[in-house]
Amino acid sequence: MKILVPIKRVVDYNVVVRPTSDKKNVDTENVKMSINPFDEIALEEAIRIREIEKADEIVVVTCGEAKCQDILKTALAMGADRALLINTKNNLMPISVAKILQKIFEKEGANLIIMGKQAIDDDCNQTGQMLAALLKIPQATFASKVEFTSIDKEVEVTREVDGGIEKIKLELPALITADLRLNEPRYITLPNIMKAKKKNIEQISVDDLNISISSKLEILEINEPQAREKGIQIANVDELLSHLKDKSEAL
Amino acid sequence: MTSLVIIEHDNKNITNNTKATISAAKKLNLEIWAIVIGFKCSSVIEEVKKYRDIKKIFYVDNELHENHFAESHADQIYQFLEQNSNIEAVLMSTSSLGKETIPRIAALKDVSQVSDVTNILNGFKFERPIYAGNLTSLISSTEHIKFLTIRPTKFSNKVISDGEVITESITCVDSHYKKKLVSREFTKNDRPDLSSAKVVISGGRGLGSAENYLNILEPLAKKMNAALGASRAAVDAGFAPNDYQIGQTGKIVAPEIYFAVGLSGSVQHLAGMKDSKVIVAINKDPDAPIFEVASYGLVADLFDVIPELTSKL
Repeated sequence: MKILVPIKRVVDYNVVVRPTSDKKNVDTENVKMSINPFDEIALEEAIRIREIEKADEIVVVTCGEAKCQDILKTALAMGADRALLINTKNNLMPISVAKILQKIFEKEGANLIIMGKQAIDDDCNQTGQMLAALLKIPQATFASKVEFTSIDKEVEVTREVDGGIEKIKLELPALITADLRLNEPRYITLPNIMKAKKKNIEQISVDDLNISISSKLEILEINEPQAREKGIQIANVDELLSHLKDKSEAL
Repeated sequence: MTSLVIIEHDNKNITNNTKATISAAKKLNLEIWAIVIGFKCSSVIEEVKKYRDIKKIFYVDNELHENHFAESHADQIYQFLEQNSNIEAVLMSTSSLGKETIPRIAALKDVSQVSDVTNILNGFKFERPIYAGNLTSLISSTEHIKFLTIRPTKFSNKVISDGEVITESITCVDSHYKKKLVSREFTKNDRPDLSSAKVVISGGRGLGSAENYLNILEPLAKKMNAALGASRAAVDAGFAPNDYQIGQTGKIVAPEIYFAVGLSGSVQHLAGMKDSKVIVAINKDPDAPIFEVASYGLVADLFDVIPELTSKL
């Protein structure tokens, strides 16, 4: 079985982001970039599935410029077998990424897609669901547990949903999106980093895929939200109660 | 021209999120249609029939839709859009089901979606948070259909119920995927719903254990008729169920009063609660980032303060 793991290069989650001076973009100059944390969880899950011998190949794929090779190398060091870079200078919307991934999924003849439920930069939470719809396959979003049953090609997924927990069974081919509690990604060892450096990254130009990636969404402005009014330090419970009484009369 | 609100429900009751979605749809200045998809859901249709702002309700009541799977919902709505070219916007709340369903329909229509809309300026300009709410993005869309998920805390959940809306049954789309429901376990509690509670009391790692979480916070929650919430750290440590989590990837809340108890206030947590009207932070660590957004900060031991507060209320 082959697992496709799409990953995205995003501003590291520890970095405090600012708009560029023209407010048209987010300032990513000289900022640390990483694999989207949810995608890293997805890759970890794929590796664990291969370790229990339910899969024999993991292919990671990302879309972007040459600099995106750094996250593909990281993914190879973590344990992916092959890495694909879909070359494009365009800033892609989730619908475009989904169309690209549809082509790659079909070309690779993969059986399962595992990817992060959302990217921590645009927080869209769209690409996985869009891809599943284009492929006409079932989806298990927000997964916190993935188990293979005794039935061939059947996977049981525990999902975190509003109000509690849902368990579903899917037959492959299917798509899973990873939530935070699915697993804790492994640390990458130095020998694996060295080995990954020698591995080849296959490059595909987006133009060769024959799809339209034009976007009808335009970012007009990026702003910092209004800061909250400065609060006050209080000394004890009685003081808190008197403040809350004043407030609750106003509320 | 028309907008379409997808009614979210459990075959019996409408969610509060849906009411906020209707308020959002009103801002588009289009005629509003609603679609109800479910099984044995006549009580839901009866409720929506009263909503003054809705012009027409379309419904499909079929066993296929009993479990509310995104796949069959999306196929159903996709076909409805194919048959009704007057629809210019499709709205659902940023709930688990909304997040699952809207992108599937948008993809079938080959259209970009705008997620988690916090403000509607007009029919084609929308505001939404990015980077865990650290930035706000103003977006214009020239798509022929706008697919929107709506952040419920940013729109009113009051609907006017004096209408008598006409209804029309539509044919169930035969849509079969190799997906089966095994079980659903919803967290039982008699506290108000997190998304609509006026007061939310949230606990963090500082509580130390699941027993403490319950013994310390529940009496206060009872007295204040508050909902209980938690930080990711507290959920990961097993102090509280996963659906209590507030933050970038958990629930987004904006109550009148938010109590942050023994939680440090990571960027991801702040994303889920910083629109609260009043924030009360109680933490031993004076440097905890939660104090930067708190209206009232109390540097103290929560194990002293919370019981005292509970007894004095």
